[in-house]
Amino acid sequence: MEKPDYSQDYDKLLRSLYRAIIFLSSFAVVLALGLVYYGLLGNPFAAEQSIPVAAKQEAPAARRPGAAADERTEGGVHLATGLRVAEGFEVVRANCTGCHSGKLIAQNRATRDGWQEMIRWMQRTQGLWELGGNEAVILNYLAANYAPEEIGRRASLDLEAIEWYILEE
Amino acid sequence: MKSGIHQLYAKNPRKADRLLWGRTANPLTRRGFLQKSALAAMSLALGGEMVFANYFPEGLIPAALAHSSEPFQLPGKHPELIVLNDRPINAETPPHLLDPALTPADLFFVRNNGIPPEMKAIDPANWVLAIEGESARQRKTYTLPELKQRFENVTLQLTLECGGNGRKEFNPPAKGNQWSAGAVGCAAWTGVRLRDVLQDVGLKSDAVYIGYFGKDTHVSGDPGKEPISRGVPIGKAMEAETLIAWGLNGQPLPWLNGYPLRLVIGGWPASCSGKWLERIVIRNQVHDGEKMGGQSYRVPCRPVAPGAKVADEDMCIIESMPVKSLITYPKTGAMIREGQQLGLRGHAWAGDLKVQEMHFSIDFGMSWHRCRLEEPANRFAWQHWQAEASFPQKGYYEVWARATGADGKMQPMLLPGWNPKGYLNNACHRIAVKVV
Repeated sequence: MEKPDYSQDYDKLLRSLYRAIIFLSSFAVVLALGLVYYGLLGNPFAAEQSIPVAAKQEAPAARRPGAAADERTEGGVHLATGLRVAEGFEVVRANCTGCHSGKLIAQNRATRDGWQEMIRWMQRTQGLWELGGNEAVILNYLAANYAPEEIGRRASLDLEAIEWYILEE
Repeated sequence: MKSGIHQLYAKNPRKADRLLWGRTANPLTRRGFLQKSALAAMSLALGGEMVFANYFPEGLIPAALAHSSEPFQLPGKHPELIVLNDRPINAETPPHLLDPALTPADLFFVRNNGIPPEMKAIDPANWVLAIEGESARQRKTYTLPELKQRFENVTLQLTLECGGNGRKEFNPPAKGNQWSAGAVGCAAWTGVRLRDVLQDVGLKSDAVYIGYFGKDTHVSGDPGKEPISRGVPIGKAMEAETLIAWGLNGQPLPWLNGYPLRLVIGGWPASCSGKWLERIVIRNQVHDGEKMGGQSYRVPCRPVAPGAKVADEDMCIIESMPVKSLITYPKTGAMIREGQQLGLRGHAWAGDLKVQEMHFSIDFGMSWHRCRLEEPANRFAWQHWQAEASFPQKGYYEVWARATGADGKMQPMLLPGWNPKGYLNNACHRIAVKVV
């Protein structure tokens, strides 16, 4: 939710890029949403993320099993960002993970209103830009994938997360 | 929840360089290392000296590490800390790693609000602490060596817990770092008493509060913004256990925990204990620094229903933390044989108070068994407890632990009073056990 301190240029570049994309996408309203995101938002932004050369050069064959790859997913979760892959994922990735870890999103739960409050707070205090038509896409994604669960006054222990082990005497 | 090295580098390679290795490259060539310490850190991770380091481009993962999917290690920290946020850095300790009597430096949780000063910018020999403010009789400065030399040096075991520890369990959820149980630790801190220094400066009779300022910077990079500047009432500041500390367990403070100088104010939200400490102000009003007002580190003055909206003026500053305990042994998920006794142990603390009793239950709170409870090493030190549990038959059990403070108040089994920012969850700690 925070703007990087020493990469003002990077930030400005992102913003102008983003504005250009909004402009372009107004010509593309007839296209399917998904096509717009992948074609116009996803790729230019991915290019902006300047993947380290060493990682780029790394041949897939040389990768150890389990080594992180940028677009790998596991159980519906995009490993590099920690976000669930669902409708709106690319827009969220493009607008949110430039400034803060996707994990900060994934560990929080809120209603649509609650997520909107967080966006307003970031716009008010953290330099988040106007999201325009993407705001609804982002809010839909967040409300659908990171909604509060009804856990009552206290949740059960998360048994799926427990690694059982034999404890010798 | 652990962050991989690729994720960090993919987001912002230059930032990753600084975060992981404390590295800045030559700004002209964008190669090499401006800090020897950064090169040393990278060489250590690589397991060998880096040849031609001067030509190594910035923002590049060394190839030897690029093939690794291992979670990265925060500088000076244990690889098993759970990283909740990497900007600012926030990481908590799994409860079973809090088993030692004193929390080791590399396992002490990290709750940073800002970006720590770069290691190379820190010179402990010339680090200056200024004491000033409208209720100070004079402005006075001390270098770190002067503090060590002029005032009595004391070492105390003090418990620090983040006000938001346990936030994860609140319903409706509260935004922010979703701490589980491990934003707490107790270490032996070495320093001087804050009161000795304040008295050396002189307090006016209208002094009511102190506030701190540190050398960390706001995440936005705006030099006009403080990341955090909190404090405590004069009464708490003048307690014999309130320290200006430079040592943790006999070593200099870890970089991420405030090196070279910080406040340590046991029993209160750890946010009162300012890090990278360079200025203390003596105030004639409640300190109004960053994160003192609004809803930060405040709870509703009167209890509210879950999900209620509370106006800022109805929120009160958190002072003493509530009674709480952890089961640090065994780690959750233990499977034992039928008839096998299970040794249990952990720590308990109660903010400003002592812990009076400690109990555990293996039947979801229907019956409680008393634990052996040790005296604290000093005020505000956590207290160690031990017990043995026997289980009547095979099956799934939960061990619940419940501390009782000197005022007779116990940890609740359900969540305590809901509050908008999700502070002060002291519900009893639970681990899962199977008898097979």
